[in-house]
Amino acid sequence: MTSPLLFVALLMLLLLAGVWTVMTLNLLKSAIGLAITSVLLTLLLFLLDAPLAGVFELSVCAGLITVVFISAISLTKPLTGPEASERDRSRVKRFFFLPILIAGAAWVLYALGLRLDSPLPPAIAEMDVRQVLWNVRRLDLVGQILIILAGVFGVVILFKDRSDKKEAPKS
Amino acid sequence: MIEHLQAIFATSIIFIILLSVTALYCMLVSRNLIRILIGLELLIKAVTLLIALTGYLTGRMALAQTFIITLIVIEVVVIAIAAGIVIGAHRHNQSLDVRTLRNLKG
Amino acid sequence: MPALLILIPLLAILALNLPWKSLMNRLAFWVGLALCLVQTGLALQPQSRFWHSPSLWLGNLLLFEPSVDHLSLVMFLAIGIVGAVTLFVCRYSTACAGNRFMVINVLILALTGMNGVVLANDLFSLYVFLEITAVASYILIAFEKGRDAFEGAFKYLILSAVATVMILAALALLMLTAGDLSFAAIQAAIASSPHSRVVLAAIALLMVGLFIKGGLVPFHGWLPDAYSAAPAAASVLLAGIVTKTTGIYTLIRLVTSVIGYNDTLQTLLLFVGAASMLIGALAALGQSDFKRMLAYSSISQVGYMVLGLGAGTVLGMVGAIFHLFNHAIFKSLLFVNAAAVEQQSGTRDMNRMGGLAEKMPVTGWTSVVAFLSTAGIPPLAGFWSKLIIIVALWEAGYTTYAALAVLASLLTLAYFLSMQRRVFFGKLAAGFESLKEGNLWILVPACVLALITIGIGVGIPWLFETFMLPIRSLL
Repeated sequence: MTSPLLFVALLMLLLLAGVWTVMTLNLLKSAIGLAITSVLLTLLLFLLDAPLAGVFELSVCAGLITVVFISAISLTKPLTGPEASERDRSRVKRFFFLPILIAGAAWVLYALGLRLDSPLPPAIAEMDVRQVLWNVRRLDLVGQILIILAGVFGVVILFKDRSDKKEAPKS
Repeated sequence: MIEHLQAIFATSIIFIILLSVTALYCMLVSRNLIRILIGLELLIKAVTLLIALTGYLTGRMALAQTFIITLIVIEVVVIAIAAGIVIGAHRHNQSLDVRTLRNLKG
Repeated sequence: MPALLILIPLLAILALNLPWKSLMNRLAFWVGLALCLVQTGLALQPQSRFWHSPSLWLGNLLLFEPSVDHLSLVMFLAIGIVGAVTLFVCRYSTACAGNRFMVINVLILALTGMNGVVLANDLFSLYVFLEITAVASYILIAFEKGRDAFEGAFKYLILSAVATVMILAALALLMLTAGDLSFAAIQAAIASSPHSRVVLAAIALLMVGLFIKGGLVPFHGWLPDAYSAAPAAASVLLAGIVTKTTGIYTLIRLVTSVIGYNDTLQTLLLFVGAASMLIGALAALGQSDFKRMLAYSSISQVGYMVLGLGAGTVLGMVGAIFHLFNHAIFKSLLFVNAAAVEQQSGTRDMNRMGGLAEKMPVTGWTSVVAFLSTAGIPPLAGFWSKLIIIVALWEAGYTTYAALAVLASLLTLAYFLSMQRRVFFGKLAAGFESLKEGNLWILVPACVLALITIGIGVGIPWLFETFMLPIRSLL
């Protein structure tokens, strides 16, 4: 690790971004908070010598998933007027405890002093990521193809218009 | 050297647990379906960091990186399907409130 | 060459989505059926060269040479049979051809995912295929886009995603000690530091994740919603095989070849198993929705399997696996019957039904076979597997749990008798005078499953020798 201080600062920022994502009242801001959390995670991955995973995290999670969330939010109608302010008030009440819970948990965890109490495995010669992905984990690649196929079918099925609607929804 | 790794583990694991607690709190307490999904995303972020940390500590970063890449691909598909389900539920109920999802009981 | 069980379905899906749309629409069902039947046929021949010879050029593509034991074969057999039945139910209940084509594609994906779960010999690959199966199941639950379907799918998705995150966290922690995620490496790591807190935390996370996936008490909340809201074909697949593969098979595999037995784990398994068995049966007594009652019955039966696993002996293991297979058959049969009843009568509310056996004799009588098997009445299949589990518990010295298992069996009989009386027997309820029996697409699978249940019950000595006893090598 080149700079432990930066690492700890990024971890703190990550947690802060996560808490802000959860606490903020506006759903859109929440989605943006998630993107910021993703960007911070990317930086952490770079610090941990995982540049390729970092690039994936940045482009897919901070980019694509944010787009998915924002389009989902814009496709669904948010509350307005008195309903919304009533909801906001109840939210503040429900989420008031989160910072206290986090602070308490942090104190408990610090007091526990979690340590790695099992031996680390023996060191091996480090391989290249692309080699591992292609030569060692090829089954996972096939798994990725399968799940992407499932995703394509799912999106086609779920977003297709309900022209063939058969039954009225039960009330 | 091992002390140095031990310190990294001890610090990171606290933040990973705290981020998971935040995410689980969000999933349990939120009444908005999209916000529950955001909580789920945060939880996956925490576990991604844990896998990267494992790779760093054991010196098997290449393996950990392939895991993270596969995990991210799967995560996108799950979130896309979940968004489809949420939008579908919204078409039926005109609401994103979980309390409208109480039709099935017993 | 077992790796072909993943590759061939993948190629089949790719081929089905080539441009000749109308031809492929007609072909999809038969391609799916062929895949399922070939798999069933191969699984019935444990000595076949398919299972033991090394891969040729196509199978080599995966760089993956799994070893197949009898537990895997039993799972492949169950997956093949339930998959074929699901295809028939899909043909029966999905009217629109375009929809059916998509559903069959997703169904083949789910079957491939389950084959992968069974073949995986590495914790991360296991996770990948668990997710494939799960994603295919969410789509299958939601595809008719009813309001309840979205609700059931969302609950399943959230709980299942939390479960997979737990499994991921566990595998990261295990990798910290093992350095690799193959079952052998993890087993060695757990054996070398069994009291490490990191390892214990990992095992706990793994167990809770699998309990959620298998729908065991106290994590069963999603299961009745998902099963009852799903379209007919999807609920057959989910109840028959998906939760059993993703939850129970993985539990058996990981306990036997990775974690290993110890007292704490056994106590946990016995307790969770007994709780699921009793709470599932009690909850089933109070249901009026046909499919919901079957879902709670599923929780109860899964409890038996975990109880058998918790006994920690060879006999218990054999009982658990045997019950898993029997459950796949008779619970699929019951859901097939539920699909027929729902499609023909338009309702699932048991209080509005009555005397349906008069109009739907085949459905009525096959469901009698299925429920007698579930309740453990000799000489049907379910009797033998429950007997083995109870004897195993008794021999291992867990007499209380054995007694509870007998009690739960009586409860099972009670709720199924009440179901039969309300749905199929007695006087024909008003409004069902013009009711007709379903067509061949639903009657053929129902009869085949009923025959398998009876056949296993009668042919038990042979089955026990050829299929069940070789499982011994697991321990």
